[in-house]
Formats: sequence, structure tokens, C-alpha cells
Amino acid sequence: MRDRLWIIAGLVLFLAAITAPFWYRPAHARDLAKLPELVLPANQRQCVAPVSYMRASHMVLLTNWRQQVVRDGERKYVAFNGRVYQKSLTATCLGCHNKEQFCDRCHAFAGVSGPYCWNCHNASASRAVAASADTTMHSPEGTHLTENLPPHILAVLASRPNTSSPGSRP
Amino acid sequence: MKITRKDFLRLSGLSFLAGGAMEAARAIAGRSSAATESQSAPVAQSVRWGMVVDLRRCQKEKGCTACTDACDAAHNVPRIADPQHQVKWIWTQPYETVFPFIQDGYAEQSDAGIPVPLMCNHCASPPCVRVCPTQATWKRADGIVMMDWHRCIGCRYCMAACPYGSRSFNWVDPRPALAHLNPDFPTRSKGVVEKCNFCEERLANGLKPSCVDACPQKALVFGNLADPNSEPRQLLRQRFAVQREPELGTGPSVYYLV
Repeated sequence: MRDRLWIIAGLVLFLAAITAPFWYRPAHARDLAKLPELVLPANQRQCVAPVSYMRASHMVLLTNWRQQVVRDGERKYVAFNGRVYQKSLTATCLGCHNKEQFCDRCHAFAGVSGPYCWNCHNASASRAVAASADTTMHSPEGTHLTENLPPHILAVLASRPNTSSPGSRP
Repeated sequence: MKITRKDFLRLSGLSFLAGGAMEAARAIAGRSSAATESQSAPVAQSVRWGMVVDLRRCQKEKGCTACTDACDAAHNVPRIADPQHQVKWIWTQPYETVFPFIQDGYAEQSDAGIPVPLMCNHCASPPCVRVCPTQATWKRADGIVMMDWHRCIGCRYCMAACPYGSRSFNWVDPRPALAHLNPDFPTRSKGVVEKCNFCEERLANGLKPSCVDACPQKALVFGNLADPNSEPRQLLRQRFAVQREPELGTGPSVYYLV
């Protein structure tokens, strides 16, 4: 029983160490966990597909477009709402979106090291001007960016006071 | 009733024979129907894009680089000084090196050194397509030998196969060598092969290739070789035309009026 003090101290240290991820958060981690501030297009309210699909599967859509245009010569895309778009990364996507303020910010946040689209496709072709701040996802119109996120992520977002909250969600 | 061993063997032999005959009959019927399908399948090709280059008109403009300039600007073709690294879609070579078979010992007096515009011949049976291991280059239904730069792995088999030297490899990043960037057409990256695409991106919009539109002498005539009334076909009826190295059996779609 002479070692009681040491044992208890060791146990406390051990518990502190294994629970550290739950209570210790350095200042820079707070910034890392912050959602990227995406600038949404000022000239359009609707993408070529619903936001939930684009968020999860834009790479599939782009690969399909690439395949259809280059190999099959099909250049027209009929969207879910009947609108017809040109299947083009630089003309259609960058016609609305700004690469630095939209593509790059989210890719950097998600740790997706850039796809090699831009080795050849010219991002400076972007006709999308940098939109004003009122169309970022902090705005009421922009809150739909966090729609359809998985519930556990929404819970994390809601619990974080200093990052953008998922708007009206409880 | 009791079956003897002899009857049993006889019966089973007959049933095996019948089964085999049925299989054989089915296979023969299947092959004959497949044969009739493949016979009916090849429909006459309705579009085969091709070009006729009128060298008499082109020669008049000595030093003219309108077609090359237009093509390079439209397709972001880099201008690299090092001949080992240069990339070419439409370029010129002296007459005697393009048509060595025309030399008769005297021709060089009149024709030697005359620059002949050259480009991908978009062959009827392209050797580059046969050797490409990734199908990054293939022949479209309209005759254009197309390239998918996304798929090219840079093995350069196609360059070895092409007898016309129409393909170039990007040994270096082409972007720094571009004076102007056409935002509507991608550049290429280091490590892919590229060549003339007959301006398929313009054809899709109903336009003619940029070199054809740029030529001040209208020396380049583009059209559908499968249509007997098309402009190039009319020219080919009227004038004597040659292809580059037709004896190789590649069937070039670019003709030269000499």
C-alpha cells in the first residue's frame, strides 16, 4: 500500500492522456475544422444537378461529361429540370463558379489533393467573377450548402459556436 | 421389365449422340445468323472528312504562315525553338522530302524547297490506332483519328507507327511556351502525345477547320470525301492529286494537288 499515491497519480495521468482528444483542442485545430467559406455563383441559383448530388458526385458527372464529349461527341447535357447545358468544365462550370473561391477551398478543406484537370484545362478562362460576400454560405440563401449533410456531421457543426452553423437546423 | 447391359449401353450411346447433334446444329445455325448480321452491318460510310491542299495556290504566298498561326492559336500549340521538343499540328516541309517519289532528276529545279503544308492524314486505316495500348487514339465514324489526352500514357508507340511524323510528344510542359492562351481549348501536359484533330471541336459547331478559314488563298479545301458532290471530291475529279506515301496502305484523307 506504500505505492498508493503513485498508482493513483499514474491512473489519473493515463485517463487524462486517453481522453485528451475529447477535451483538448489547440487553437489552430479550431481553424482546421472550420468549414470553408465557399463563394457561390452570383448569376445562377441552380446548378446542373441538385446540390446534394453535386456535392457527393460532381467528379462522376465530370468524368461522364469528359467521356461523352471526347469519345462519343455528345456535347449537350439535359439537366434534371430540362435545361440544356454545354458539357464543358471551362465554359459551363467555370462560367458560374470561381475556381479559387469554390473548387480549391473545398478541396483544400477535404484534403483532396487537386485533381489534375487544371494541368490542361484553363482555369483562367473562368468568366465567374468573384462574388460579393452576401452569397457566401453564411448568408440565408447560402445555407442550403449544409443541407443533406450526414446527421453526425451536422451535430458536430451545430456544437461548434465559432464556425458557420447549419442555419435554421435545430 | 429387365434391361440388359447391352441395351443400357446402346441407349446411353444413342442419347449422347443425339445431344451432340443438337449442340452441333445449334452452333451452325448461330454462326450462319451471325454471318448474315455482319454482312448487313457495314453501311456505306456517310461522312469521311478530308482535305485537299492546292499547292499551286499555296505556293503563291511565299512565306505565308496563316494556316499554322491560326491552328497554333486555336489549339494552344506551343512554339518551342528546340527542334527535339517542338510540337506540330500543321507544319511545312520542303516539297522534295514530302513527295520523294515525284523526283525525276529535274523536278527539283522548279519545285525544290517549296514548303508543303502537312498535317495528320486521318488515315482510313491508321497505324497509330492499331498500336495504341490504351485506346487513347481511335478512329471516329466520320473518319477523324481522334485523341483522348486523358487516356494517353505517353508511350509514343503511335509516333513510331505513324509514317508521316504527324504526332508530337510533349517533352516539356507546353504552357510556358504559349504566347497566348485560348481559354476555350485545353492545353496539354508534359508526357502526352498530340496531333491535328481536324478541328473536331469546330466541326461540332458546323465550322470548318481554322487553317481552312485562315488561308488567304483558299488553298485548303475541306469537306466530306464520302459525298461525290462535295468541294474536295469535285477538285479531285478535275485535277491530278497525290497522297503522301499511299503505297503504305494507310489511306490518307489529305490530298495534294501538285
